[in-house]
Amino acid sequence: MTMLASVGAGFLGLLAAIGRLAMFTGQTLSHLLRPPFYGREFANALMQIGYFSLPVVGLTAFFTGGALALQIYSGGARFSAEAVVPQIVAIGMVRELGPVLVGLMIAARVTSSIAAEIATMKVTEQIDALVTLSTHPIKYLILPRVLAATLVMPILVAVGDIIGIYGGFLVSTERLGFNAAAYLQNTADFLTRLDIISSLAKGAVFGFIAALMGCYYGMNSDRGAMGVGRATKSSVVAAAILILAANFLLTEAFFSA
Amino acid sequence: MIDLASVHKSFGTNAVLRGVDLHVAKGESMVVIGGSGTGKSVLIKSVLGLIQPDSGTITVDGKDVNKGDRDAFLARFGMLFQGAALFDSLPVWQNVAFRLLRGSLKKPKDEARDIAIEKLRRVGLTADVVDRLPAELSGGMQKRVGLARAIAAEPEIIFFDEPTTGLDPIMAGVINDLIREIVTEMGATAVTITHDMTSVRAIADKIAMLHAGKIRWTGPVGDMDASGDPYVDQFIHGRATGPIEAVR
Repeated sequence: MTMLASVGAGFLGLLAAIGRLAMFTGQTLSHLLRPPFYGREFANALMQIGYFSLPVVGLTAFFTGGALALQIYSGGARFSAEAVVPQIVAIGMVRELGPVLVGLMIAARVTSSIAAEIATMKVTEQIDALVTLSTHPIKYLILPRVLAATLVMPILVAVGDIIGIYGGFLVSTERLGFNAAAYLQNTADFLTRLDIISSLAKGAVFGFIAALMGCYYGMNSDRGAMGVGRATKSSVVAAAILILAANFLLTEAFFSA
Repeated sequence: MIDLASVHKSFGTNAVLRGVDLHVAKGESMVVIGGSGTGKSVLIKSVLGLIQPDSGTITVDGKDVNKGDRDAFLARFGMLFQGAALFDSLPVWQNVAFRLLRGSLKKPKDEARDIAIEKLRRVGLTADVVDRLPAELSGGMQKRVGLARAIAAEPEIIFFDEPTTGLDPIMAGVINDLIREIVTEMGATAVTITHDMTSVRAIADKIAMLHAGKIRWTGPVGDMDASGDPYVDQFIHGRATGPIEAVR
């Protein structure tokens, strides 16, 4: 009976958490079309989330693309299929690894930063100060970040896809002896419009999730350094899990037929 | 002007406000005293709508604070937070002019900057701090920037939350004098919460003591020493023994 009660309490707690997150999401989206809009905060968020994430996205994609080429080449050699390296690198990067790895890197870099910043603002009463200065915290802090991440992530994913494919190209041509022109031709021929659309759509969804989780946990942080630390950790864990779950659902939606 | 009637607020099982009744008249400087954790901050945050009371009514000029246009309501207030609560990412002048750069009180950028510089001068800060970030300032300077922000839009009502906490006695004296001068020259209504008795004597027209979730005593500052209330006596003289438990 006690075990049943604790399972029930846990389930109710989960439902309550989902409800709180859904309300927070709804509140954020409800400000999308209602002025005032804070253009400067939006531009700043674009720079922080987009431009300053380029190095980490580029390096992650480059090394992953190179490693992927090596793996496919050595795996393919078991059944004389080494020639499929360009196609598999392209499809692997664009459909899966590009969006997922960029999403996870953004969760690590941006979600944590947003959560820590907003949680610190909360514990130092800066959020209360915003309210007393007639500024809605969701409008000023949350919406610019969520909107910027949602819009800039497809671009980051596109950059990650291209650099990842380039990493595979470089390893294949310099180390594995592939012909450069043939490699590029195979890559271009094999990729479809749906592959690219799915990649960019995943980017937008993952960006939304990453920023929303940072904002949600930041705004709901407990007091003190421990509260800020817990909010930051929880935001990254939640963002990573939701990104992976969303990736599965989007893959199912795009490619199950 | 500000009226609280039977205001209750609990956090979980902790009943912080247990029926607060308080009247602050227009142009009056009311200081709310009380021990740490007695709900002084909760009280003023309830007036501003930052915290929703569980029951009771709070009105400003007869209007319920939780009804009507929030922007117009909040535009009447300025607040100095305990830790100043300056925005880390904005330079000092933008912190001071925050309300003047956006919303219904928006002014051209140059004009807002000029007003910020003037308000900073009013609180004793020179123009060389205007472009610095808050983290580059001392605690006393941050408090003065917070004070400049609180008065930047010339509000009718100003709240001061522990204005001298964490400051040395000289800086605390400077802040107390500034608050008194500013409130007098602006003709603003002020509510200050503090447990610093030097501040109380420097700032207050009237005093209200909050204890056990209720206003224990209220009266003019001149009557405080002869209040005849053992709780007030113990608090203002800082005695460890008396009706207020030292360990709470």
